[in-house]
Formats: sequence, C-alpha cells, structure tokens
Amino acid sequence: MMRFMLLFSRQGKLRLQKWYLATADKDKKKMVRELMQVVLARKPKMCSFLEWRDLKVVYKRYASLYFCCAIEGQDNELITLELIHRYVELLDKYFGSVCELDIIFNFEKAYFILDEFVMGGEIQDTSKKSVLKAIEQADLLQEEDESPRSVLEEMGLA
Amino acid sequence: MALKMVKGSIDRMFDKNLQDLVRGIRNHKEDEAKYISQCIDEIKQELKQDNIAVKANAVCKLTYLQMLGYDISWAAFNIIEVMSASKFTFKRIGYLAASQCFHEGTDVIMLTTNQIRKDLSSPNQYDTGVALTGLSCFVTPDLARDLANDIMTLMSHTKPYIRKKAVLIMYKVFLKYPESLRPAFPRLKEKLEDPDPGVQSAAVNVICELARRNPKNYLSLAPLFFKLMTSSTNNWVLIKIIKLFGALTPLEPRLGKKLIEPLTNLIHSTSAMSLLYECVNTVIAVLISLSSGMPNHSASIQLCVQKLRILIEDSDQNLKYLGLLAMSKILKTHPKSVQSHKDLILQCLDDKDESIRLRALDLLYGMVSKKNLMEIVKKLMIHVDKAEGTTYRDELLTKIIDICSQSNYQYITNFEWYISILVELTRLEGTRHGHLIAAQMLDVAIRVKAIRKFAVSQMAMLLDNAHLIASNTQRNGICEVLYAAAWICGEFSEHLEEANQTLEAMLRPKVTTLPGHIQAVYVQNMVKLYASILQQKEQAGEKEAAQEITQLMIERLPQFVQSADLEVQERASCILQLIKYIQKLQVKEVPVAEEVIALFAGELNPVAPKAQKKVPVPEGLDLDAWINEPPSDSESEDEKPKTIFHEEEQRHSRHRQPEIDEEELARRREARKQEQANNPFYIKSSPSPQKRYQDTPGVEHIPVVQIDLSVPLKVPGMPMSDQYVKLEEERRHKQKLEKDKKKKKQKKEKRGKHHRHNSLHTESEEDIAPAHHVDIITEEMPENALPSDEDDKDPNDPYKALDIDLDNLVSGKPSRPLADSEKLPVQRHRNVETLKSPDSEVPLVEKKSKKPKKKEKKHKDKERDKGKKKEKEKKVVEEEEEEEEKKGEDLDFWLSTAPPTAPTPQAQSEPGTGTAVVAESQEVKKEEREEQDEEEEDEGKKSSKHKKKKHKKEKEEKSKDKKKSKKKSHHSEEEPPVSVQNGTLEDEPLPPMSSYRLLAENPYIKMTYDIQGNLQNDSQVTVSVIFENKSTSFLKSMELNVLDSLNTKMLRPEGSSVHDGIPVPFQLPPGISNEAQFVFTLQSIVMAQKLKGTLSFIVKNDEGSTHEKLDFKLHFSCASYLITTPCYSDAFAKLLESGDLHMSSIKVDGISISFQHLLAKICFHHHFSVVERVDSCASMYSRSIQGHHVCLLVKKGENSVSIDGKCNDSTLLSNLLDEMKETLSKC
Repeated sequence: MMRFMLLFSRQGKLRLQKWYLATADKDKKKMVRELMQVVLARKPKMCSFLEWRDLKVVYKRYASLYFCCAIEGQDNELITLELIHRYVELLDKYFGSVCELDIIFNFEKAYFILDEFVMGGEIQDTSKKSVLKAIEQADLLQEEDESPRSVLEEMGLA
Repeated sequence: MALKMVKGSIDRMFDKNLQDLVRGIRNHKEDEAKYISQCIDEIKQELKQDNIAVKANAVCKLTYLQMLGYDISWAAFNIIEVMSASKFTFKRIGYLAASQCFHEGTDVIMLTTNQIRKDLSSPNQYDTGVALTGLSCFVTPDLARDLANDIMTLMSHTKPYIRKKAVLIMYKVFLKYPESLRPAFPRLKEKLEDPDPGVQSAAVNVICELARRNPKNYLSLAPLFFKLMTSSTNNWVLIKIIKLFGALTPLEPRLGKKLIEPLTNLIHSTSAMSLLYECVNTVIAVLISLSSGMPNHSASIQLCVQKLRILIEDSDQNLKYLGLLAMSKILKTHPKSVQSHKDLILQCLDDKDESIRLRALDLLYGMVSKKNLMEIVKKLMIHVDKAEGTTYRDELLTKIIDICSQSNYQYITNFEWYISILVELTRLEGTRHGHLIAAQMLDVAIRVKAIRKFAVSQMAMLLDNAHLIASNTQRNGICEVLYAAAWICGEFSEHLEEANQTLEAMLRPKVTTLPGHIQAVYVQNMVKLYASILQQKEQAGEKEAAQEITQLMIERLPQFVQSADLEVQERASCILQLIKYIQKLQVKEVPVAEEVIALFAGELNPVAPKAQKKVPVPEGLDLDAWINEPPSDSESEDEKPKTIFHEEEQRHSRHRQPEIDEEELARRREARKQEQANNPFYIKSSPSPQKRYQDTPGVEHIPVVQIDLSVPLKVPGMPMSDQYVKLEEERRHKQKLEKDKKKKKQKKEKRGKHHRHNSLHTESEEDIAPAHHVDIITEEMPENALPSDEDDKDPNDPYKALDIDLDNLVSGKPSRPLADSEKLPVQRHRNVETLKSPDSEVPLVEKKSKKPKKKEKKHKDKERDKGKKKEKEKKVVEEEEEEEEKKGEDLDFWLSTAPPTAPTPQAQSEPGTGTAVVAESQEVKKEEREEQDEEEEDEGKKSSKHKKKKHKKEKEEKSKDKKKSKKKSHHSEEEPPVSVQNGTLEDEPLPPMSSYRLLAENPYIKMTYDIQGNLQNDSQVTVSVIFENKSTSFLKSMELNVLDSLNTKMLRPEGSSVHDGIPVPFQLPPGISNEAQFVFTLQSIVMAQKLKGTLSFIVKNDEGSTHEKLDFKLHFSCASYLITTPCYSDAFAKLLESGDLHMSSIKVDGISISFQHLLAKICFHHHFSVVERVDSCASMYSRSIQGHHVCLLVKKGENSVSIDGKCNDSTLLSNLLDEMKETLSKC
C-alpha cells in the first residue's frame, strides 16, 4: 500500500501532498521536510529508489517537479514508478501538456485526478481512459451546477 | 433577507478566488507570511457568511494554504458545512479539504457520520464516489463502525464505479474496525469474480493486502487466485497475486511446487520488468520455503540469478539497484549461486551511484567465505584508497570491519592478516571510525591469544609512529587507535621485544596533545610496561639499567601531572609518587620488581556485551523497592548534582536509559560495581588483583572455541596485508594439491563399488584449514544467565487485529458461524432501536422461518439432544455442511494434484497435510485418517496412482454417510481427543536432558560422549567426546585409541595402522573443556557393541611433565544407530500394515513421570519422533542408519507403560526395547 504521495519543485516547494494514512499535521510537516531534503540531495544519475525510515521511497523527476511516493517494504518499486508515470500522463492528457503552473493554479483538479486514479493507497483503475472519463463527467456535473448561476440570478434580481 | 443576499453576492464578486490567492502569494515573495495572514483574515470573514459558494471558495483557499504548511484545523467545522452542500461542486471541495486535514484527532469528525451516510446513498454516483474517496483518507474507528454496513451494501452497487471504490475502502474499514472483516468477507470474495475488471482488481488488491499480513487465513483462496493468475493479463493484478502467493508459500510448500512452473513461464515470457521482478522475488520466496534439498529446482534458481544478472548489467540504475536487492535475498539460501557472480558485484562498487555501491557492499557482506575473504577485502581496500568523500569511505571501512568480524570472526583464517588490515586502515585520513578500529584491535588481541605477540609488535609500531596518526585529534578520529595500541602494549607487555623503545615512545612530549582519555590510558599502561621492564632488568641483574628506567619515568611523568585533564592528572601524580617510592627502594638495593608486577597480575577475560543484562536477580532482592525513602519534591534541587554525575558515568556504557529514578539509580550502582570489577581501566583503591576475580564466579571456566591447527607462519618486519594474501594462496594451493592426491587415491579405491559419490569440485568451506592455531575465547556470560529477551513483538501492530479466521466463514463451517453480535451495526431509527430487540425488525413472514434456524446454529447441541428438530431444517443444515466440507478439502485436493514436473514421493508430500488442514476442525482430521486407514486396508494392493484419485471420490461419498450417522451420536460424545503430531503439544516444561554419557574419568581428565548416526553414510556413526581438564596442569599430546572389533572400526587417517591412535586436535589448559569427533564404521547394527579404548596424554605442570593413560569402554547402544526421522500418520499406517515388520513388546511398571516427559525421554535418548499422540497413547517412529523402520506404540497405564514395537529386524527391535526398558526403569 502506498503511504503517501508528494509533488514538490526543485526549489523545495510542496505542490501536492496526499496521505493515505491519516497523519497528524506536525508529523506530516516533519516527514515532508525530511524527505524533500533527502530526495533533492540526490544526484541526477542516481537510481529512483531509496530506503527511508521503515518505508521505501520511489521518486521521479519530471521537468522541475519531483513526484515522490512512499510505499511499504513489500511493495513493488517498479510498478510504483509506473504508477507515477501514469499519473503524469493523466495530468498531461487533462491539462494538455501539463506544466508546474497548471498544477499550482488548479491544484484541486490535480487532486481530483489523483483521487480517481488511486484510492486508499491502492491503484483504483488501471485504465487511463476510464479515469479520464470519470473526471470529465464529474466536471460536467460541476458545470451543470454552475451554469444557471449568473450573478444577477444570485442577486435575486432575475 | 433579500438585501442580505444581495450584499453577500456583491461581496463575493470582490472576494479573491483561488487563482487570485496563488497569484498574490507569488507576487508577494518578500512578505509572503504577512500577505497570507491577511488572506487568512479575509477567509475568516468569508466563512462567517451564509452563502455556501463563498464558504466553499474560502475552504478551497484554505486547502491550498494547508499545503503550504498553515494550520487550518480551526476551520474543520466550516469544512463539514461545505461537505454537506447539496451542489456537487462544493461538496467536492469540502471532501477534498477534509481528506487533506482531518485525522483521528479531529474532534468534529463525529459530526460527519450522517452526512457521509447520506452521500453514500445519493442517487448521483459522483456524490457517492467523492464521499468514498474522502472517507478513505480520514476514516476513524467510529466512522468505520457506523458506516461499515453502508459501504458493504455499496460493494454490490449496480455501477462498477461505485463497486470498485467500495471494495477498496473496505480495507481501510477493516483496519479501523476489525470486527467488520468476518461479516464482509464473503462478499469481498465474490468480488474477485466480478465481471468488471476494475472491481476485480480492487478486490485482488484488498485481499492481497489482508493476506500479506495474516497469510494463514487466506490459504483456502489459493486455488481461486491460481485461476486468476493463469487467466489474467493485467500486470497490475498479476503483480498483486504473485505477491500474495509469495506470502502463502511459506505456509504450504506444496503450493510453492505448483507455482514454480507458471512463474518460470512468466519470467521467460513477460516483457514488463516490474512483473519479472515480482516473479523472481516470489520464486525466491518459494525456493526458500522449499529449501530443504530440492535438486530439481536448481534450474529455477539459476534462471532467477541469470535474470538478475541481466538486471544488474542493465544501464538503468533502477534495475541495477533492484537486481542487487533481490540477489541479497537469494544469497541467504543459495550463497553458491550468487558467489559465482562475485565479479559483477565487485564491479558495482565502481558505480557512480552511491546507493548502488552500498547495495553491492551489503551483498559482499553475505558473500564472503573463508576462501574469498582475503580477496574481497583486498578489493575493498583498493576502493577505500580510491573513494571520494569521507562518508562513502567510512561506509567502506565499517563494512570491511563488519565483513571480517561477522559471526565471531568465522571467516578469518589468518589473524595476522586481519591485524595488518586494521593497521593499514589507521592510515585513512579524516575517518570518524577510529573508535571502531580500536575496538576491533582490542577484541582480537584479547580474545585470540595466539595473535597477541604479533598484535603487540604491530601496536608498538603504531605507538612509535604515533605522530602520523596523532595529527588528527578530532573526536572519534583515527587517534582513537592509540588508545587500543597503548592498552595492548601495556597489558601484554611480556610479548614486547623492545619494551624500552615503546616506553620511550609513550613518554614523548607530543603525547600530551592527544585527547585526555587516551593520555589516561597511556599513563596507566606505561606503568605496566615499566613493571615488566623492571622485572626483566632485575632478573638479568642489570641494576643500573633498572634505575635508569625509573629515572626516565620520574623525568617524563610530570608532563602528565600538569595535564588539564582530571583523569590524566590524577593517575599521573599517583603513579609518579609510586615510582619515586620505588626509586628509594632501588637505591637501597631492595628488589621491587615482583611487587610492582603484582599490581597488574591476573588475566583479563572478555565479557559478553549482554552479560550484565543477563545476570539473574538474586532471590529476595526487590529492585523496585526503595533503598532510601523517596526524596520529597522540594529536595529535587539537591538531586541534580547526582544526575549530572550519573550522566558522566553513562558515557562509558552504551545503553542509555531515558529516565533515571531512584531504583534505576540503585540498579545502576549495582551494575557499576560489576562493571568496575571487570573493567580493565578501572583502578580500585586497593589494587589486590587476586581479589578482583573472587566475586565473579566461574572465571576459570572460560569456554574456548577451537580452530584446528596448522603450521603457524611467521613474517618478519612490518607486513603488508597483501603479503598475507599471497602466502595464503600458496598455502591453500599446497593443501589442495595434497587433497587432490588423496582424492585420487580414494577414487581408485572406490571404483567398481556402487557408491553415490558427491563430486563437488569446488572447495568447500571446511576444506580450508586456518593458518594458525587459534583459540577464540568466547565472551563470558554470568552463570544462570537469563533466557534471551529479544522477543519484542509490537503490540500496537494495527494488522494484528485482522488476524481473523475466515476459513470457517468462507466455507461456512458450523464451528463458528457469524454470531448475531458480529453482524454489522445497521442504522435504525433511534426510538425503534431502544425499544425493540433487533429481531423484531425482521418482517413477520420471515420471522417464522428464520428464527429457529438461527437458534439452531447457536444452540445446536441442545436442540439435537432433545431430538426436537424438524426433519426439513436438519437436511438444509446438513447439505450446507457437506458442501463446505468439500470446499475445505478442495485446497488439499487441488494441491495434491501437483503438476508432473514436480513429482512428490508419497512420504514427502505428506508433511503438507498437517498444515493444509489446519483450518479444518480436528474432528474432520481424525475422520479423514480413519477413512484412509479403512481404505488402505481395502485396497492395499492397488497401484498408488490409481488409488489417489479413487481415494478422494470415495472419501467424499463416505463422508456423507459418515456425517449422517455421526450427526446423531456426535453430540452425546465427549470432546474428541486432541491429536498431536510430532509432539507439538508442550503443556509442561521438560526437564533438561543431556545425551552425553560418562566415558571415563580420573583426577586429570573427564570424558563424556555421545554417538550420532550419519545420514549420508549407512555404515558410519560419529562419536563426539568432550574432554574436560579437571586438573591444574596443562594437558597435551592427547591420543585416543580404540581396539577395533570385527564389526566396528575406528576410521583412521590413511596410512596409519589399526594400532595407531588418533591425536586429539587440541590441547587443554587447566579447567578447559573441548569436544572432538571420531568416526567409526560398522557392518551390522542390530546389536549393541562395546569397544575398549585408551586415552594417552601428557600432563605438564610446574614440576615437569608426565605420561598418563586412561582406559575406557565405548558403548554403542542400538539407539545410537537410529536417526530421528519425522513420519506422518498415513505413511506410518501404511508401514504397519505392510506386513514386513517383526513385532515385539515390553512392559515396564512403576512409572511415575508424566506421559509427556516419558515421550520426551524416548524421543531424546532413543532418537524417536512422535507420529501421533492421543491421550495417553502415542505412536512413534524412527529409522536406523541402514534403513530399518522402527515403529512403536506406547501406552501408559496407571503406573506402567507398555511398548509394542515393530521393526524389519527382530534382533534390532528386541535390543532397542531392552535399552528402552532400562531407560524407563530409571524413571
């Protein structure tokens, strides 16, 4: 089971964090800080895995963003790497060649996509298509919500 | 009202949305904190408004700020408000915020229960989905309990989108509310065969996670997963399933055999590295579980190693890393296969990625053998020189030391070489592991007596060159080795050749720049050196030289007296006074050397690091009791100095306890006394060396591990470790040549005979004789050391709670159906809940048929006895049970039809039965056995293959009949007796037993012996003799000889005559005991044998040496030809009815010990194993080295025991029974 996933920039700014095991804020902060330090200190040619505390960490860098997953001892590192790649592909499909700014400004969308893809630390759907479909439909629902709500209407003038 | 709304909307137009906030933060790089606190104030205002859109926007912004590290727990209630918005847009944001910041400590989380329940049952699947996703992040035990039933219902939702989410979240629910596992499991299992692949994969995920934690409960699902594995093409799912099998195989070896083939196929065919890696890992796990000699699987291990080699050779760092990781797993069980890739692993040490280099180092640690240690360490030393960066170099250094010192220096054949390596390591600059090297030097010098002379010469050299090392005086730097060097030179000064020179080196002014604790050791050991020089000179009659040396000390010591370090100063001034006094005596021409040397008399023994912990608490000592009344709180200030003092004390010991209270202090005081008694560096006020050891009992009995001896080699001058490598190679080459010669000879002899000869060409570990005659003194432990206390299982393991027996449930066994109390709580209207019993909710129509059924399950026994059951209901239950019975046996059946590639001989496949049917009730087990017996009687002569198939079918039919007939009688019967296999039931502690018997004894020596059959050779037994030196003299040149009989002969080295004795490969210092083994060949084993023999030895003491002899009679009992061999009841039954065995029996009266002890005695002394035990009756089995089967039936009466035996050979049997009678009559 995946314990958590972090996205952070090369400058050490957190862009996304998802915890699959409820953790107190204080511990979260400590772990994020520690892990970011470890990962950012690694040289570019180094392998993507490291043992950290009692967990295994799998990370990969895409442009200026590090995608970093903490998994349990028995989990498969390579499939986790694959999972990270799939998530990046999903983001790419959704935003259309995604960049860090997309994730900063639409961070809630990035979460929604992740939630459709992974749940409770386990992969939910291995098909990219069905994940994107679910997201699109949920977005559609959101637009339906929003469309009838013009400003005037809400002001009670319409 | 309308106005308020208008106002809210207008406000909203001016509110920042998320994008504005992000942009704002980016634009206020300088005063970000200030800007954000402004924003938070705004958000607080927004949250006060009634407009849900405004609130949602605010919560969304808060979620962003939370990620930046700001605390938003204060807004928890607002988050719940947004969660309960009717519009999906807001709900989504609310749940997102909740999933990001809620945890078990969030108090308002209780308020969400109803909202979540509402959302779960929403007609909109996305509402449900978002609620499930959110809940999966913050589910608490309360939420899990309250919502488990709702989620379980969703597992059967019409939409696969909901089903898969519901299935996945169930895992979280199980973790928080383990009681839900049993009721939910059947449905979860159904989902494994869901038509939707997403749901199916979710179910696989959940069950795999569950099974990894508690595999034994999921063994019965193996056939289903096997089917999934062979049919699925989804790599994600495959990986999970294969991982699951990896967890199951240790419990069921037959499963492993079944898996090997499909897994190797996958390894060959897949292109996905992740799947390949998983397969390799599981194959390794399978092979580990089968490790007991399955020669036909060596191909699989080869395949794994080959594939891993490809991974390691790949340019992708990730694959390289994982390949090395997996290799280390293989290493544990198949070291040979990995060792052949040593070249590749050594190559990885050059990799630019440090994590890969470290992995390779880890591997090397496990790869060393006596043969390759020197070579590997040599390579590592080269890397130490090349390494950039101190961290990696230090890592290398620690690894070198770890590798060499592992398992008590097991792999070191030449300690001179090791000392040289340590000395070479001292040339490392800037290391932080000086302490480590020093500790090794001390350990080796103290424990390996033979090396002391060499070690002392090396250390003297280090002291002489101290200026090279001392340049780096940083803490824990390399200068630490001087500490060890000084101590070794001082303590073992008798080995020092140029003591004067060393003493002068230690008195150099430069020494005062060293850290204080090292100087202190210098000062202390100078005196030891001084004492030994003094003695030397006095004995030689060189009075002037003796006075000179005293003068030197008096001149140089003041520099230490001036030291700023308290310890150094104190020791130095003390010693200075002492030496001044000695000088006075010397002037008066009084011989002083004897007295000075007496200061340091007595030998130091290494004490095990755990020894202190293991000292048993003496009776009557209550460690928790106050020694003094506890101080009042007001006095706490006075306590302080004590604590400080204590912390200083602590610096010397490694274990640091967090809290120090009174009793702790008392305990430590006690400990400190002990420690001081054993601490070589601790000077007591009245140093009387003899007294030092009086309190520690058993010092005379230092256990010594012996390594066989060979010619010691001597290398003059400062040796380089490389020289040793070369020498070692030559030596080994010589040994090999000799051995080859012998082998050839043997082969010639053996030709023509039909012997299975194991033609291993590689030199085995044992073949390499060590270069030195070395005693490694094992560390001392206190007498009656407490048993190990390392067993520290985490009681807080969240997965432990999920260790729930599911088999009964899955197969619906009546033994433990779902009780009412286990049903998931269903939400009911409050007043209904309080007023009515749960049953009353059931509609009336159903009530009639359901109620009795429930009762039946619960109180079946009663109802049955009364015989008031309706026929119809009975049938239903019985059918159910039968079906389940089949299922329960399914696994067994499925496993027993192993693929032809893994042929399983009857005897070998049987062991599995025991584990496979664990889940089944004992009753069934017994029944099965009965059936088998019956059947075997019927069909004894048919071919076994045919039998197996038929067997199963018949069994099922029979069980039907049987069940029915049994049903009626069953419950009036008493509890079926618990049957035990292989004596696993240990209800009472067994008394300690020793198989060693006295051989002979005289005032010098005591010999005890034990005889063990040799599995590999049907005509050999090994006699282990323990020699114990009881005298105060040194025993050497021991030689053991036996007068051979026609039948039994001692195996002597080639070329020696029958009259030659065999030298015992060690000498015995006073009080020491050691064990040697002698091999005897036999022809017939049916009779006990007695051989006369003599031990001759030389006793050496102060008076001189004398030749001594001790005669003995070596008694080969028949039991010593037996080898404890496990046997399973089916094979046992088959053996009994085969009719080839002769029968005999005995009866012994006056037995008072318990049956359990009795069995243990027979097992232990006569090498039997328990096949099955029922009450006070047990069947036992053993096998002779020549393949005789011996079966026993032991029955215990009131005061007697009767033993019926069956064996291929009647003479052997009657002899065995006679021996047994003798053993038992002593009870």
